[in-house]
Amino acid sequence: MQELVIEPGRTAKNYWSDLWRYRELFYILAWRDISVRYKQTAIGVIWAVLRPFLAMVIFTVVFGRIAKMPSGGIPYPILVFTAMLPWQFFSNALLETSQSLIANTNLISKIYFPRLIIPAGTVITSLVDLSISAVLLAVLMACFRFMPDWRLITLPLFSVLAFFAALGPGLFLTALNVKYRDFRYVVPFIAQFGLFISPVGFSSDVIPEQWRLVYALNPMVGIIDGFRWAICRGGTGQFYLPGFLVSLITITVFLLIGFRYFRKTEKGFADVI
Amino acid sequence: MSDIVISVENVGKRYTLSHKNNGERYTTLRDVIARQTAAPFKTIGKKIRGWSGSNGSHPQNSSSSHPKNSVENFWALKDVSFEVKQGDVIGVIGRNGAGKSTLLKLLSRITEPTEGRIRIRGRVASLLEVGTGFHPELTGRENVYLNGAILGMSRAEIKAKFDEIVAFAEVEKFLDTPVKRYSSGMYVRLAFAVAAHLEPEILIVDEVLAVGDAEFQKKCLGKMHDAATGGRTVLFVSHNMQAVSVLCDRGLFLRGGCLAYAGSVQETIDLYLSTFSKIMESHEFPDRRPGSGEYRYVSASPAREYFGGAEEKTINFEIQRRSRSVGRMWLSAHIVDSAGTVVMQCDSRLVGTWIEDCERVAGQFRFTTPWLKPGGYRVDLNICVAGPLVDSWEGACSLTISPVLPYLHSASQDVTQHGLIFADFAWETGELITDSRSAAMQRNGEASNELHRQTSAA
Repeated sequence: MQELVIEPGRTAKNYWSDLWRYRELFYILAWRDISVRYKQTAIGVIWAVLRPFLAMVIFTVVFGRIAKMPSGGIPYPILVFTAMLPWQFFSNALLETSQSLIANTNLISKIYFPRLIIPAGTVITSLVDLSISAVLLAVLMACFRFMPDWRLITLPLFSVLAFFAALGPGLFLTALNVKYRDFRYVVPFIAQFGLFISPVGFSSDVIPEQWRLVYALNPMVGIIDGFRWAICRGGTGQFYLPGFLVSLITITVFLLIGFRYFRKTEKGFADVI
Repeated sequence: MSDIVISVENVGKRYTLSHKNNGERYTTLRDVIARQTAAPFKTIGKKIRGWSGSNGSHPQNSSSSHPKNSVENFWALKDVSFEVKQGDVIGVIGRNGAGKSTLLKLLSRITEPTEGRIRIRGRVASLLEVGTGFHPELTGRENVYLNGAILGMSRAEIKAKFDEIVAFAEVEKFLDTPVKRYSSGMYVRLAFAVAAHLEPEILIVDEVLAVGDAEFQKKCLGKMHDAATGGRTVLFVSHNMQAVSVLCDRGLFLRGGCLAYAGSVQETIDLYLSTFSKIMESHEFPDRRPGSGEYRYVSASPAREYFGGAEEKTINFEIQRRSRSVGRMWLSAHIVDSAGTVVMQCDSRLVGTWIEDCERVAGQFRFTTPWLKPGGYRVDLNICVAGPLVDSWEGACSLTISPVLPYLHSASQDVTQHGLIFADFAWETGELITDSRSAAMQRNGEASNELHRQTSAA
């Protein structure tokens, strides 16, 4: 029979095996979030589709028609929508994740499990929205008779990257939210601001050459470029590898910070939430 | 050695209380920033005040001038050690705030101890709440799986027991209805049914039997009893002493965060009951009390530390003459419940008792009916004459009624929650036969309300 020892600072030692042991709870919580999300509102699915669609229309008009930004021969709506996909995912995931612990207060104060499964499960839920929007993109591409090529198979890779890009700051913010409730106001700000500093409405080729590396510090730059590269037959220009690597590093750094802060504060969640 | 499944060594849990925002445990960053930026100015201000004020003659003021921001360490548990053997069924008792829930939270790993060590051998399931994680939008069926997973059952396990769970909860017809449409009784039944089918090696239960109707409660107790007799190790927290004494064989008594006693369940319960409220024994200065003060109560105390609800309750008191005589006096007692309601007024004039003038009076105040409900009561004692009140001693003593109910049959909380007092009552029923000659309902109106009339005087 296995002996379990509980003492101060002990949880760290069997964290990963615990995480594995609680995988079933992880599945079922993710399933709960998804099924509740699409059960509660009949327009749940429509909502997931409508928001990026409307944003796409606006961006196409503003950046494509009025500002006449270059699109490298790709239909402008498709250029915008391929970026809207990861961006919507990122901002939704961040928003939901940062609220996830507080939304599950009753579980945290009554049951033991590795707390990591709550924010991680929430990001998974947002992936469902992502795949719904992806269907819309497919329809859109069919309308424009725009076919992707072999690069499309790399899309899951970039989706995984987007997952981690959202998880890192999400972990950090949700842990902060437990203690400082006003961090919830930070997220809408990030979402609003980030929409314009990320290359959603335009291609990142319009950024002057000398600034592109700095621009890539925004992790969403690498991900959006990746999505465009995978979906739009290589994107608008050359794939800018150094920029992508910089984004990759930023994502990793955010993930490490978020994870470490989460782990540090995790054992006190039940006491302060 | 090998049959010890839980060993707790010197475990303590400290909480840091911030008095700044009592009630709310979380803070906002805004507050923190505001406090941090204000802090240097405050210290400067304090220094200036310190210099200009009298030279340090009030050292205590410096600490008490910002009581709002003070931080206090609170040990919810301290130095608790005990061992639990395989198959023990342990009742954890203690008053509110004694650390029972904290202990369970530590054992179920929801929170970490600040010091000490706990070793647990075997799979633990903790049931600190019924229906944890139930989601109102999901159907009964979905919630069974969800709740089961939350309580630590595997999918296969739930599947195997699904029918049993549903039958236990008696909600077959509503399995595919979202639980938000359930009645509260159905909701609780389903929630408990899931929990009742947990089969861990160690079960930790916190006061969850106080739910549902009496019929269902009986079923729950039965299920708990099965768990207890089935060789499983159970830790059970409850305020229901009857349930504890029936289910458990050993007891842990926590008081003020420390383990006060560990032993057989009956001894533990007795000890627990005997420590009930001695709070109001403090004798304040009699002459500060309201009243003209020619005579004062000098002592008042219940004859026993706790009384059964249906027992005769006795309060002993002494009265002393302080100054001159005032003539014939009468006494009056008010029994006030914890909510502040005056449950009864007992005026000695009604039973024809008067006090004649003398130096010292010793007496007893006794009553049997009504049966008081369990809990603490405040006793207010007065000395009266025609004219101004002589002595009014609010909170002269307290009266504690034991939580063991005066009825023969066990009951859940909701069958006793209404009403101020218990009554000595009976229900008699018989089949009504329509044949007019023998139509009868047995009725023996055995009113057992003999009037206890006591006179007490010196």
